[in-house]
Amino acid sequence: MYVAVKGGEKAIENAHRLLADRRRGDQSIPELTLDQISGQLALAVDRVMSEGSLYDRELAALAIKQARGDLIEAIFLVRAYRTTLPRFGYSEPVDTSEMKLERRISATYKDLPGGQMLGPTFDYTHRLLDPGLAMGTVPQEPEQSHETTVKAMRVSDILAQEGLIESDGEASSREPADITRTPMEFPLERETRLQALSRGDEGFLLALGYSTQRGYARNHPFVGEVRIGEVEVSFHAPELGGSVIIGRVQVTECQMVNQFKGSAKAPPQFTRGYGLVFGQSERKAMSMALCDRALRAGELGEDRVAPAQDEEFVISHSDNVQATGFVEHLKLPHYVDFQAELGLVRKMRADHTASSQPNTDLEAAE
Amino acid sequence: MNANPSLNGAHPYNDPGSDEPLLQVRSLSKLYGSRIGCTNVEFDLWPGEVLAIVGESGSGKTTLLNCISTRLVPTAGGVRYRMRDGRMRELFGLEEAERRFLMRTDWGFVHQNPADGLRMSVSAGANVGERLMAVGERNYGQIRKTAGDWLSRVEIEMDRIDDQPRAFSGGMRQRLQIARNLVTSPRLVFMDEPTGGLDVSVQARLLDLLRGLVTDLGLAAIIVTHDLAVARLLSHRMIVMKDGKVIETGLTDRVLDDPQAPYTQLLVSSILQV
Amino acid sequence: MTMQTPELATYNFAYLDEQTKRMIRRAILKAIAIPGYQVPFASREMPMPYGWGTGGVQVTASIIGPQDILKVIDQGSDDTTNAVSIRKFFEKTAKVRTTTHTADATIIQTRHRIPEEALKANQTLVYQVPIPEPLRFLEPRETETRKMHALEEYGLMHVKLYEDIATHGHIATTYAYPVKVEGRYVMDPSPTPKFDNPKMHLSPALQLFGAGREKRIYAIPPFTNVVSLDFEDHPFEVQKFHQPCAICAAEDVYLDEVILDDKGNRMFVCSDTDHCEERQAQGFRGVQAGGVAQ
Repeated sequence: MYVAVKGGEKAIENAHRLLADRRRGDQSIPELTLDQISGQLALAVDRVMSEGSLYDRELAALAIKQARGDLIEAIFLVRAYRTTLPRFGYSEPVDTSEMKLERRISATYKDLPGGQMLGPTFDYTHRLLDPGLAMGTVPQEPEQSHETTVKAMRVSDILAQEGLIESDGEASSREPADITRTPMEFPLERETRLQALSRGDEGFLLALGYSTQRGYARNHPFVGEVRIGEVEVSFHAPELGGSVIIGRVQVTECQMVNQFKGSAKAPPQFTRGYGLVFGQSERKAMSMALCDRALRAGELGEDRVAPAQDEEFVISHSDNVQATGFVEHLKLPHYVDFQAELGLVRKMRADHTASSQPNTDLEAAE
Repeated sequence: MNANPSLNGAHPYNDPGSDEPLLQVRSLSKLYGSRIGCTNVEFDLWPGEVLAIVGESGSGKTTLLNCISTRLVPTAGGVRYRMRDGRMRELFGLEEAERRFLMRTDWGFVHQNPADGLRMSVSAGANVGERLMAVGERNYGQIRKTAGDWLSRVEIEMDRIDDQPRAFSGGMRQRLQIARNLVTSPRLVFMDEPTGGLDVSVQARLLDLLRGLVTDLGLAAIIVTHDLAVARLLSHRMIVMKDGKVIETGLTDRVLDDPQAPYTQLLVSSILQV
Repeated sequence: MTMQTPELATYNFAYLDEQTKRMIRRAILKAIAIPGYQVPFASREMPMPYGWGTGGVQVTASIIGPQDILKVIDQGSDDTTNAVSIRKFFEKTAKVRTTTHTADATIIQTRHRIPEEALKANQTLVYQVPIPEPLRFLEPRETETRKMHALEEYGLMHVKLYEDIATHGHIATTYAYPVKVEGRYVMDPSPTPKFDNPKMHLSPALQLFGAGREKRIYAIPPFTNVVSLDFEDHPFEVQKFHQPCAICAAEDVYLDEVILDDKGNRMFVCSDTDHCEERQAQGFRGVQAGGVAQ
């Protein structure tokens, strides 16, 4: 006699136990600590904070450990935690011109006030696997500037002095849009779009940014500046008599300088694409800036012809937590719908067989 | 079926002898920044009348057409249209719902490129039937029959009814687009270079067909064309445009045979006489 | 911030904070007021993946109270992994009683089925919805579909059905079959088989639909007209099965096909496992359960 499948509950429990075992791996090997992850896999932590939209190195490290190094899963864990946190209010805008720089480069000027600062970059390393690292080596003491605070004027401000580049625009006085608290409605304000891009999937934005360079919405970019460093976050609290600094966060900012012909209303000037992400992630900040600029096509009177310029397409598909959930839901049971399709295909095949016989005769007779 | 019953009946206002205009264009201007699209255009269109707007490319004729058909919002001026209930309404004062209903029932719009006016991936029958379904026709057999009738009126074989337009030649596509527009018996059809992009022989057949349909149905039409031969063959009256302005207007035969404005004279003399 | 202390891992009743619940309840009320209309809401990130019922879970979390009795089904069954997981979630976060009996439940969260047993006035059916927009596959743009709904421009929907008939001789949509609600909005009933469509019509139960990833909530209030789209001469029809359930001999229910062996032998059994068990308890037997073949 047939017995329907039961015991889903037990199976799930067992699966989770196996997962915990596999996550730990060989127990004769020391377990990873969160300090090790946040200290030695810092860029993974940065990505999880950035796309998880939560600045907390320890939680991000925990998420990476819990996710067995699957960064999208870790981002998901962080997001699901973040969403339960109470919202006290919104910080003041951070001032990136006051950034305590660790890295700052410009492709548009050979030298500039504050200078080019390479910082901890992979650029110019030869990508040769380093056996020494496998053995464990003590790195040399880094040589760094003795100034405790390195600040520099932003390249966009230099260009703005001459009116050569569009201005930053005025921050509106109303409460900023918050894509985690209000449903997005297309078309979006640029601030809303930038929020979505900042938590968007690095790989997706990278591919779209790349596509703009290959002619799908070419927008002639120059890296005006990439800067990485710490900025102060302050919070306006009237009960404390004004703004208080509540912490510092590391961010990467990219200002892309793009060409623009000018229009009847505006004289020719450079336009900008903007990228800002938590932690150190140049690739993401640059991709974001390319996409931001491409998505401004409508505003700047350009033809919208390429995927990177299509706001609904880009923003609706940039969130990797949404994407992975929906793609992976395909493995959930769908047998009820599949049954319906089975029935239909059988019926259509039967109809086809029934009708193909006489039809052949008919055609022959004609 | 909850469609407007007058869709299928005769049009009380299609009588070419009607003494009220169907459409009134007043002081219509469209500026793109400081550049002129068209400026200060005025004319009346009468029921059953075919008006051609001619001019070189860049003369503003397509801008004008798009403004009149509410596809573009003009910078100044207005367009009034006599609705099926006989009342004159300012088109830019209509609710969007009213305007869209007007566009898919009482009007037609024939694009130069049929792909812009057709659904390329649904069958010819559904392309023609879509407007009927949009206004509430819910009988499959009836929709299919009406679609079939219209296909034959535009000389498309009935056995192509289930084929997609991508399998059609350019001329067939254009005829399908016309059928798709005429199925709700509109009173006014806009056409943007309807024969552009077709071979000369295909053009001739299409013009012939259009002329027959316009006459039989008593349609009013506004046709944008750079081809004076098309204007000569189809239109009663014409407007000549240059740099966004109306240079000359009059009965088609008069304008073509006895052009008054120097620019029109140049235009007429620069083409072979037809 | 640290996660070391256990208190940090405490959550509000039914997981969502009260602020969020109020926001979702407002969306639900609006949805009930405009039957079939998709109300945007600020969907939260949930501790389960998008596409796995986050919309349904948020709706349930916002309406559930300590007195409620919850049933969760997926594909009609209480025992599929996702149904188990969601039921566990509410047992843990809301400590509510759960049941597998349709008649005992006050809230039933479902994916892909409507229970066979007729629902009653004090029950709420919460659907998990992957793609709420019935026009999505005809028109991918939100900006355009919003306009089509606002202006009631649904011709395109019938174009699709027309094409089905022209190609196959009949309407070839078997699930997520579009309906018109109270003569106004065209609505996607979520990927339930069209077999279940008639159950939505004039149901005494409240029906709520939650789409988390797409951030939409919609509703069918009790006793609302729900009509499946069709043509006069090609009327809407539900699937018919040629044999009764092999276990409980039920007819006029939706059946799942079960492959029995490598030779392709198969049987058909109730998709609604609770309904099947009830019937077995009442003594009904199908051919596989020792009953007599008909």
